[in-house]
Amino acid sequence: MAELSYRDAVIRGIAQEMARDPDVVFLGEDVAKAGGVFKATVGLYEQFGPLRVRDTPISEQAILGAAMGAAMTGLKPIAEIMFSDFFAVCFDYIANEFPKSRYMSNGQTKCPLVVRTGNGAGSRFGAQHSQSVENWCMMIPGLKVVAPSTPLDVIGLLAAAVRDPDPVIFLEHKSLYATKGEVPDGEIVDTLGTAKIVRPGKDTTIIALALMVPRALEAAEKLKAEHGIDAEVVDVRSLVPLDTQTILGSVAKTHRLFTVEENPRLCGWGAEIVSIVADEAFYDLDGPPVRITTPHIPLPAADILEDAVLPTPQRIAETVRRCLES
Amino acid sequence: MATVKDRAPAGLGLNDDIGEQKRLALYRSQVRLREAEQRAYDLFLQNLVKGTSHLSLGQEAIAAGFAEAMVKGDLSFCTYRGHAHTLARGVPVEKVLGELMQRDNGLMRGKGGSMHLTSEEHGVMGSYAIIGAHLPIACGAAWRAQYKGDKDVSVCFFGDGTTNIGAFHEALNFAAVWKLPVVFVCENNLYMEYTPIADVTAVEHPAADRASAYGLERIVIDGNDADVVYRAAQKAFAKARAGEGPSLIECMTYRHSGHSRADPAKYRPDGELDRWKLRDPIKIYRERLKQFGVAEKVIADIDAQVRQEVDDATEACKAAPNPPLDIITTDVYADGGWAWRN
Repeated sequence: MAELSYRDAVIRGIAQEMARDPDVVFLGEDVAKAGGVFKATVGLYEQFGPLRVRDTPISEQAILGAAMGAAMTGLKPIAEIMFSDFFAVCFDYIANEFPKSRYMSNGQTKCPLVVRTGNGAGSRFGAQHSQSVENWCMMIPGLKVVAPSTPLDVIGLLAAAVRDPDPVIFLEHKSLYATKGEVPDGEIVDTLGTAKIVRPGKDTTIIALALMVPRALEAAEKLKAEHGIDAEVVDVRSLVPLDTQTILGSVAKTHRLFTVEENPRLCGWGAEIVSIVADEAFYDLDGPPVRITTPHIPLPAADILEDAVLPTPQRIAETVRRCLES
Repeated sequence: MATVKDRAPAGLGLNDDIGEQKRLALYRSQVRLREAEQRAYDLFLQNLVKGTSHLSLGQEAIAAGFAEAMVKGDLSFCTYRGHAHTLARGVPVEKVLGELMQRDNGLMRGKGGSMHLTSEEHGVMGSYAIIGAHLPIACGAAWRAQYKGDKDVSVCFFGDGTTNIGAFHEALNFAAVWKLPVVFVCENNLYMEYTPIADVTAVEHPAADRASAYGLERIVIDGNDADVVYRAAQKAFAKARAGEGPSLIECMTYRHSGHSRADPAKYRPDGELDRWKLRDPIKIYRERLKQFGVAEKVIADIDAQVRQEVDDATEACKAAPNPPLDIITTDVYADGGWAWRN
């Protein structure tokens, strides 16, 4: 057991899989000799050499296209897109190529690859380097979409993603890279499509993802200490496949549902979860489900502005308290 | 027509570097592509080919020339104008027509359609309908060959219009800097879709005139002469297999039909199609075989055999059932299904 940062967990997860399987290769901008702009790939080039860890030009279409061609013909590539906002310049591969080739070819074409990317706000980078784009990916049939919130989950879910036969979008939260957590020694492999109850509780369910998980946990402690409200916090971890059973089970127990999303309001994953609960567990609910999101705006850069729009522990706790007491 | 730098050398005979057997194969392939595409058009007029289709009538020498230079294991990456390239790798006519007719006997049982023909067992790694998408994908397949020490070449076909999209430039730079065993083949048929490529491109040769930007040789060939195409392909494949990196080959040609089935091609100047029909690749090749002393009967037998294959395929497709509805949800994910939740 050792304490590891989320950033170092990325390195360990990639290294674990590259050491296990020589078909795992890694490419991206500044990932090899420079060790990544977020320092989340330091040492991989030295450990695995220039044939397996490769710097690319600033050519996101070439990066994802090459990953796909390699995956179709027998490799298991991990591709890095530096900021998830850049998905917009290579979205053809994410929306049209990776997820549809198997279907269109009637099962002939395989696409076992992982796209890792730095996602999310908190770095004061403004509207084109701070977005949470998991919803862009979740809506596409054929993709799997994962977003870990802890160092342990980074390793386990990254390993599961690399070993998965389908294309997986792996969203690392930039504001979590410096956070730390306990990680056991030895090989770690988790399971895609599994949510985790990270704080059991009986009064309400709070569903969160990535950076919103520690904020929801902090909100839950605040609710307990200040208002005696015992909130259950569920880390979704995997948007596709979606572990609806854990979510429905939690709502059946607490009878209330809140989702905490770092996304603009419209078409967020929380809306999908609310819709599923409304369809399948309406009579378990003692009150309306509530979505806590950013306003439907591009993200501002200034710290004071960015902080004002992202859900905070205070805002989460206050929203839950107000709704439960009304 | 635009400048052509490389024509078939004069004075060579039937048993030169290409040889009689390969020439007959080149001829057979071109006639087969012509007959199958013409049949696809006829079936469209009978409302039996559904959706859209983009024919390669007039461009057969490129598909045949490259495919005949490939060996088993080499990989083809095609565009939505991919029927000819798919057939040229040996995919049965019935499989292609069946897909165009959206029957259960189609190559992908109707799940892909005309623009996405794929037959991995024949090395046809897909037909891509988003312009430029497959150039980086071909780079990735070539990267796998380089990484694993495999000797296969990835061959990526695309039209002149593709040369103005970003993925073309990203892929060429990427392939050149990684020295990948990939061959990029531009079929310059003079029109992007409806608009002359010259009206929207800064250089005369949309692919070849960009080659120097990526440190590659400028290659323009007569894409209507299968011998020229075959030799250019062999040279590029040898370079790729020797680890000397990618090639970009611009093949000058002309499509006899419109861009897609919806296009009567009224934008063409009077007489242009007629002039190009004088340089019909099959006409050129039939004359060459005769000039080299191949008997009329040998040529006629090939024509008849091909016609029979296409007729048989047509009947089989007409008799084939529609795809069953239970395949709608298969093969979204690798487990064979479509489950996105538990």
